[in-house]
Amino acid sequence: MRITCPLCGTRDRREFYYYGDAVYADRPAGGAAPAAWDDYLHLRDNPAGETRDLWYHEAGCSAWIEVTRNTVTHAILSTRLVAERGGTDGAAPKPRTKGKSA
Amino acid sequence: MRYSGFRVFAEGLGGNKGWKPAWRDPDPKPEYDIVIIGGGGHGLSTAYYLAKNHGLTNIAVLEKGYLGGGNVGRNTTIVRANYFLPGNQEFYSHSLKLWEGLEGELNYNVMHSQRGLINLFHSDGQRDAFARRGNAMINQGDDAELLDREGVRRHLPYLDYEQTRFPIYGGLLHRRGGSARHDAVAWGYARGADRRGVDLIQNCEVTGIDIENGRVTGVQTTRGAIRAKKVGIIVAGRSGQVAAMAGMRLPVESHILQAFVTEGLKPVIDHVVSFGMGHFYISQSDKGGLVFGGDLDFYASYAARGNLPMVEHVMEAGMTLMPMIGKAKVLRSWGGIMDMTPDGSPIIDKTHVDGLFIDCGWNYGGFKAVPASGWCMAHLMATGEPHEVARHFRLDRFVTGHLMDEEGTGSQHNLH
Repeated sequence: MRITCPLCGTRDRREFYYYGDAVYADRPAGGAAPAAWDDYLHLRDNPAGETRDLWYHEAGCSAWIEVTRNTVTHAILSTRLVAERGGTDGAAPKPRTKGKSA
Repeated sequence: MRYSGFRVFAEGLGGNKGWKPAWRDPDPKPEYDIVIIGGGGHGLSTAYYLAKNHGLTNIAVLEKGYLGGGNVGRNTTIVRANYFLPGNQEFYSHSLKLWEGLEGELNYNVMHSQRGLINLFHSDGQRDAFARRGNAMINQGDDAELLDREGVRRHLPYLDYEQTRFPIYGGLLHRRGGSARHDAVAWGYARGADRRGVDLIQNCEVTGIDIENGRVTGVQTTRGAIRAKKVGIIVAGRSGQVAAMAGMRLPVESHILQAFVTEGLKPVIDHVVSFGMGHFYISQSDKGGLVFGGDLDFYASYAARGNLPMVEHVMEAGMTLMPMIGKAKVLRSWGGIMDMTPDGSPIIDKTHVDGLFIDCGWNYGGFKAVPASGWCMAHLMATGEPHEVARHFRLDRFVTGHLMDEEGTGSQHNLH
């Protein structure tokens, strides 16, 4: 499996650390209800098909990347920087940019 | 037909013409008291104990493929009771006791072999952790012995004791641990359930769960609608999809775990050996193949096949620990879909729908749990109350904070 880093290009899967579903980029506010934290930490759509998840280019440029891929075929469909995705965790949400195709 | 040594002998004399199919192949009836979704180890054992312990026999087990064709037919077959946390301890202890009587219970040779499990440790800190775990196991009533380096050498003379990266300090020996024949467990429970009147229906995929006024009324399948008063979802890696049919979102992420088998060799590895620091464990099947595996591939997947980096990692770990296996040729490998939970422990519970129950989240430890999971799920479905030894396996524990993080690795699904 090879993943396209938006900064470095297509690289071996071993350079990347898998963190989990892209929901991890949408951290609830500090005082959010327990159900919101349950959604964020535990509950998953867990699709058999297209999914989006977060990978860290650990042995490369250290970028956090949102990868859209297929969990049945392992095809990488598109990737983009989490910083460009926006979200509640870290940078303020920005308009979603079109993913770079792999 | 009861199996026995005499029967084998008599059939041998008669040209083996008297054997009958081990179970029927019925068409689904329009209605059952209980429908079990999933004809794997856990589903079949649940059906068996519903019939055996609770006298309920108007039951169908619906399997989308063939019986035991999923993870129960493809795993590394380790049976053990070496858990630490209250809640896990009593459950796996109960399961091991059921294993010890399983062949007589089922009149089926599941080849349960208590050859001993040795978990190696490689530092003072790990030794302390294993000593503590061993004490917990003994307090639970199970067995554990802490071996020093020479103690391990007496059992496993073939390990590399000269390596410096992970020097072998000792190991925790669990003599009652071992392995079993995976298929036979599924087949034994299937035959036992069938003989008590349970309908085992293969090639029957559930496509919908019918719910009226908050109560389950049946399922839609590729072989027609089936009404049911109670439904159990016991589908391991596919839990997310089936639960979604009832509007549920589970604390489960499905991952790939690979395992490998070599060509058949003469007996060389007598125990089950686990090398946690290298993410490697191994045993030798009765057929002679070395059966070994490692960690998850670490990314969510339903592909039922892994990628090469983990293959390489597992082989490297094996060579680090026991260089003698280097010339054995790998015969085959496979990837199973594991239902990983955020604390590494399973779920046996009711759902928000009356009459709908779920048994899932076995991570990669489901095989040894097959007897007790069925025992406890049957108890829950028959009585409406959780079984004493499975009372901690609640679906809502992630909200209430009663997590059971055996490995203490946090809420990331793939780290357990």
